[in-house]
Amino acid sequence: MKQIHDSGKVPRPLTAAQRSARIALIGAVMLIVTALFVFVGGWRSARLTQSRMMTAFQAASGSHPGFRRNHAKGLCVAGWFDSSGQAAAWSKAVVFEPGRVPLIGRFALAGGMPFQTDALSTVRSMALRFSPASGHEWRTGMNNIPVFAVNSAQGFYEQLVASKPDPATGKPDPAAMKEFVGRHPETARAVAIIKAQPATAGFADSTFNSLDAFRLVNSAGASVPVRWAAVPLQAAVIQASSPDDDSPQTAHGNRLFDDLIAQIHEHPLQWRLLITLGRPEDPTADATVAWPDDRPHIDAGVVTIDQVSSEDTGACADINFDPLVLPPGIEPSDDPLLSARSAVYARSFTLRAAEKPAKPPSAVTPREAQGVVKP
Amino acid sequence: MKSHAARFPFMSRCLHWSMAVMIVAMLFLGVGMAASVSPRYQLLVSIHRPLGIAILILAAARLVNRLVNPPPPLPHTMPPLQRFAADASHYVLYALMFGLPLVGWAMLSAEPYPIVIFGALHLPPILPENPVLYAGLRRLHTYLAYVMFATFVVHFAAALMHALIRRDGVFESMASWRRR
Repeated sequence: MKQIHDSGKVPRPLTAAQRSARIALIGAVMLIVTALFVFVGGWRSARLTQSRMMTAFQAASGSHPGFRRNHAKGLCVAGWFDSSGQAAAWSKAVVFEPGRVPLIGRFALAGGMPFQTDALSTVRSMALRFSPASGHEWRTGMNNIPVFAVNSAQGFYEQLVASKPDPATGKPDPAAMKEFVGRHPETARAVAIIKAQPATAGFADSTFNSLDAFRLVNSAGASVPVRWAAVPLQAAVIQASSPDDDSPQTAHGNRLFDDLIAQIHEHPLQWRLLITLGRPEDPTADATVAWPDDRPHIDAGVVTIDQVSSEDTGACADINFDPLVLPPGIEPSDDPLLSARSAVYARSFTLRAAEKPAKPPSAVTPREAQGVVKP
Repeated sequence: MKSHAARFPFMSRCLHWSMAVMIVAMLFLGVGMAASVSPRYQLLVSIHRPLGIAILILAAARLVNRLVNPPPPLPHTMPPLQRFAADASHYVLYALMFGLPLVGWAMLSAEPYPIVIFGALHLPPILPENPVLYAGLRRLHTYLAYVMFATFVVHFAAALMHALIRRDGVFESMASWRRR
């Protein structure tokens, strides 16, 4: 490359003061850029971050390396989805075309304690990953409650902080929870709806709801707000112990899971995937609010679960059931919980993946999942 | 003093400045996204992945361009230590322009997580499923991003030093768009 000399423009030497001022200016620019980076990274700001959420989970549930930070106690299952094709008019997702799609799932109990004793009052979840051979996968996590107790990441965090056990009693401080609910009328309303629907006897007869809203988009580009639910096609068979008694004397540690295991070994379990079509006026950004009962449902097909295994050997353990893993044809709504869940699940997955070599065996053992251990 | 006023070729300046904007945006976007639980999170993630791949493609184009259009030599007036720092930081920046997107792609592959670029456009995995490997790569992605941010700050400060203190034409060799 030819060098260009324009010797007519020799810069005037800087005075000492000029030089110092310019060095100070450069230093200031570096500082401002770095401070901005630190602020955006959440280190020196009061806002709620993924790290603060992880800290709150640990404060509420203790440290359990290798386990999910929430819904820590779980069981792997596998099966398939027989799509009816009825949802294909509303969504171009391959999973809704008529046919069979393999899936991996996980049943779990809410909370960060991987060795908690099964209790009917604990929120139950069903998570599914649909893997169509010729399309994009779909992951969804659903709970057996009709609405969610909070409608924002901040609300979830405050609820978590309020549920932190008091070191003196080992139980959450009722005053803290009361104070939290007092500040969150949406939670008070949601808890009333949740309490009005008593928990069923087991996993097998639970209806699992998406809670968050999504949007289905069809090949013409038409978009409709939806929520979905997995509705059981069987009753729960109760084998382990009395279904109505959560007292520690009679409660068997894994009784809900053991009942589920026994039932899957007996016969495959099935849930109908019902998609509720919302109207434009139905709230999509507030998971604490139920949609009116008269909204139409699409019978998208049937989920069949025929295999069960412990998390220690099952394929579900390494799956992050991120609600934003959606195929084209299913899109997120404006529900802020979707971003919050996706972000927090990702951080939880990163932590537990790193801890995997140090993870103790799960509460439900591989022998138990084979149906060998009888309570 | 102005012994050196050669400019970077036009293509090199275009690549430099477009990538500068993209990389700085990416660093802030990445660090913000890794902290966020807000509704912005999904938007940030949906920009982060295609932008990262765009940087990877442009980095390859830039490397080829550098071989075709070599940069002008640094002025003879620059002390050897500063020359070394300039060369070393440029090697680090080139390595990271390739390394960060590749580690990001590799880590999502190992998770495994769908590598969505836009809509139905996905990238294939480049590593087999391995959660422990994912965790290591995820951490590496963060550390490399911090190294890149630090290198960017030093690079930016050096550019200002050339512009405001040394005034030796190095800044103008990249920042001047005047016809001549």
